[in-house]
This record gives sequence, C-alpha cells and structure tokens, in this order.
Amino acid sequence: MKIDRALLDKIAHLSRLEFDEKDAEKMMKDMSAIVDWVEKLKEVDTENVEPLTTMSHEINVLREDEVKEHLSHERALKNAPKKDSDYFRVPKVLE
Amino acid sequence: MKTYATLREIQHDLQQGILSTQDLVRHHLENIKEKAHLNAFLSVYDDEALMRAKEIDKKIKAGKGGKLAGLVVGLKDVLAYEDHPLQASSKVLNGFISQFNGTAVQRLLDEDAVIIGRQNCDEFAMGSSNENSAFGPVLNDADNTRVPGGSSGGSAVAVQADMCRVSLGSDTGGSVRQPAAFCGIIGLKPTYSRISRFGLIAYGSSFDCIGIFGKSIEDVALVLEVIAGPDESDSTVSQRAVPSYSNELTKANGKGYKVAYVREIDESTGLQSEIKDSIQKKIKEIKEAGHTVEVIDFPLQEYVLPTYYILATAEASSNLSRYDGVRYGYRSPQVNDLSSLYKKSRSEGFGKEVQRRILLGTFVLSASYYDAYYTKAQKVRRLIRDKTKAILQRYDFIVMPITPTTAFKLGEHTDNPLEMYLADLFSVQANVAGVPAIAVPCGVDNKGLPIGLQVIADDFEESKLLHFSNSLLN
Repeated sequence: MKIDRALLDKIAHLSRLEFDEKDAEKMMKDMSAIVDWVEKLKEVDTENVEPLTTMSHEINVLREDEVKEHLSHERALKNAPKKDSDYFRVPKVLE
Repeated sequence: MKTYATLREIQHDLQQGILSTQDLVRHHLENIKEKAHLNAFLSVYDDEALMRAKEIDKKIKAGKGGKLAGLVVGLKDVLAYEDHPLQASSKVLNGFISQFNGTAVQRLLDEDAVIIGRQNCDEFAMGSSNENSAFGPVLNDADNTRVPGGSSGGSAVAVQADMCRVSLGSDTGGSVRQPAAFCGIIGLKPTYSRISRFGLIAYGSSFDCIGIFGKSIEDVALVLEVIAGPDESDSTVSQRAVPSYSNELTKANGKGYKVAYVREIDESTGLQSEIKDSIQKKIKEIKEAGHTVEVIDFPLQEYVLPTYYILATAEASSNLSRYDGVRYGYRSPQVNDLSSLYKKSRSEGFGKEVQRRILLGTFVLSASYYDAYYTKAQKVRRLIRDKTKAILQRYDFIVMPITPTTAFKLGEHTDNPLEMYLADLFSVQANVAGVPAIAVPCGVDNKGLPIGLQVIADDFEESKLLHFSNSLLN
C-alpha cells in the first residue's frame, strides 16, 4: 500500500507531528515499505479466531479505594516547562 | 581487584572483612572512567554511590546487610529513580527529574544494592543497535567499530566491560536478549507481568518487561526474586508467589529435559552459518548431558515479526501521546497556540525512528485501517501464543538463536528501518507470546564476536529456565 502525502498529513495531524518536504518524502517511502511488509499477515487464516487483547493473567486486581497522596502538588509541577504556583501554563486557548 | 564469579562470593569476602562495598564501587567507577569512550553511561552517580556504599559497609559490619549488599547496579534510562534524571535517551524529556522510585528500583534499594548510574539506550527503547539515542551510539567493547545491540545497549556494555555487576534493562521485542547476545553476557526477559512495570517508561505495554543483565545465572536469579512479585501500583502484575529462584538453582534435577528446536529457523537463509554451527554444537552437548532434543515445525515463524510491529507501534502511539510539552520535558520555543505547542514540541523533541513508529501505530489504529491491521494482528497474536504454549506443553524448552547475525558495524543498517527490524527476528516470539526467555553465551564467530543461545520456557517457569541455563554454562 502506498502512503501518499494526503494520508501522511492526516496521520501526522492525528499524531500531532509535522514534517518538512524532505522528511515527508523519506517517511512516505519508509512507511509504504513497512506497511507492505506487515500485510504478510493477510496470508494467515484467522477465521473464528478471537483477538488477543490482554496479556496479563490477572483479572480486576484492585487495591483498596483509600484517599492517598501519590505525588505532592509541588513535585507534580516540578518538571513543567512553564507553570505558576498552582497550574501548568499553555498558550491561550479561548479568545 | 580479584574477579568474582558470583555475588555470593563477593558477600562471603564482605563478611570476612577482606573486601568492602566501597572497594567494589571504586573498582567499577575506575572502569567507567577508563571506558568512557564506549558511551554506556549518561549519568554516573559517583559520590552518591560511594556514600551509600559506606552506609552499606556499616550495615554489613553490624550484621544487617540486605540480600543484595555488595551488588553494584546500573539502570537503563527508562527506569525511574527518585530525584535522578530520566529521559529514555530522548530530547523530548530534556531536564526531566524522576519524582519517585519505580517498584523494581525501590526493591533493589531496599535490599542494599548500590545504583551507580543511568545507562544509554535507543530512544524510548525503540531500536536494535543503540544508534537511535539523542546522546549518540554506544560501542561494543568486543569491537569498537560494532554496535552493542539495542535497545538496552548501554546496559549490556556496562556489564560486558565490568562497569557494574548487574544492569536492569527493558525487553519489549528482544531489547535485553539481543544486546546480551552481541556482548557475550546473560540477559533474562521474565514472563510478562512477573515484574511490576510501575516506574518503567512505557513503550508497548502488552510486551514491556523489565529484564536483567549479568555474568552469572545465580546473580540474575537473585535479582529476579528481589524485584518480582505483586505490587499495588501495577494492576496487571502477577499475584503469584515468587519462588526463591537462587535457591532452586542448586536443587538437583534427576530427569532429563525435553527440548524443541524449530526447523524453520535452521532453514532461514538470513542465519549466519557460524551461529547455526555453534548452536548445533550446543545441541549436541545438550543431548550428551542426557536431555532429549527434537526438531519441530513452527510455520507461524515468518508472521511473528510483522505481528509485533503492528501491535507494539499501536501501543507506542498511544503511550507516547503524553509527551506533549505541557506537563514535563521539552517545549518548543516557536509556539503561538496550543496546537503548534503540541506539534512543534513533539516534532523537535522526538527522533526520527520514534516518529516513524508513532505514525505507523496511529495508521494501524485509525478508523479505516483498524480491522485490517490492528485486529488482524491481535488474532495472529493469539495463534502464535497458542501454538507456542502448545509446544511448551510437550517440551520443557524451545532453543533457538537470538540474532540472525553477530554484532554488525555502526551505520550498517541505519538507512533502512526494515533491515534493522530484522535484527529482532528470533527474539520477538517470546514477547508476542508473553513467555520467559533468556540469552546465554554460546561461543564466538570467526571474528571473535560473541554468539548467544536463546532458551524459551512456559509462563512462570523461570526456575526451570534458570536451572537449565546454568547447566548449559557449567
């Protein structure tokens, strides 16, 4: 399957990534080759096979629902690129 | 300093007072300095490790040393160690300081291990050569023009070059076993869910396992029994009791094991002839030791790697959505609104291989292609798991190579991602099926480069796996 520029742009937007002309060319070429390669799975008969959706052997292992402080406010904000005393800061969203 | 075969020997001399933990830390720090060109460590906690060693020496004197007293450990840059840097060898996490200890790390510390530093790896554990790091490649100590394997390349080289005694890495598709094979050491990937993933940076959550590098099976067994087991911070972790793996090693086993060898792998054209020969030689030794070896068919072999790449990239695209430049890590200075903040921070912060896998994962999860790729791969995964488990019902182990070739040259596969993916051809089956697997040294090729043998066992059969591996090495 050929990944063209329109499809790449769509996936890139969903991934919140962007590419200049040169990188886009290389990405389309690599992705087309990888997608062609994984299409090999079409050869496998999976009629009546349920998808395997979890690898854990445990079902609903829950801990007690107790109120606990997992990370202090101060620690949670510590790595923020931009913050004030209480919040993460981002550019204005609503005018 | 004397060369010690096992931590037990070290602990014996520590008890006798003829060796101290500080001596051990100094010894490894000297090697780290001397072998700095290998680029295995991103941070070295020298003063801190020495101070901690001093504390542990006091505890040993008082008869209160923990199970891992005297053990010097390195951590792959994907494991959270409180108040220490953590960035998965990525620019997107520049400046990030871990705010808590991962469960495995906490358990090492609780038993008095000393953490000596943070190790280089492929960015977000995505790669097979350690060439995808924002901090540059790691070199193989056996030949500095060759890669150490990946993604846990720094962790493997650190043990290979005696910069620490044991390393913790992570194995999503072979990232512990493949570099262990390239560096001639032991690398264990336990059963999926045997060790808590809390504090492990996520890549493909249904595959990710913390793994252990060492030079002795006994050390690896001891570390596993310390870090494995239930954890209230990971609801997927196994609730099964953790055996004393290190004690079980010495238990005599009367019966011969039944071992399977996969025909399709032997017939694989990409397999280097010296690897084939060395494994055949090992199989002969296994038979001579009283075990039985039978050749079996595994016709799904060629579908394992494509299944892995669809599912692991899908999970990665979801897991890596958290790196958005808002709460931590890199934020592009070129932003004027929220959308450009996300896009520019991610595009400038992530390396190209990571972006390629995010795109591929987003593609296979997108509405028009979800069933054709993602659901299809989940179905094939079930077939691979069932077939692998069926073999392991009849046989104790499957043995096979870990890698199609020995360590390749730096730059040899960097232009073609598909070529690089093939380095994981034999290692991914254990991750796709969720079962435990180990890499053990199995000779060298004509150039003197290490060859690894892989042994795969059924779910939670680590005791048996370690016991058998130990017998292969002795």
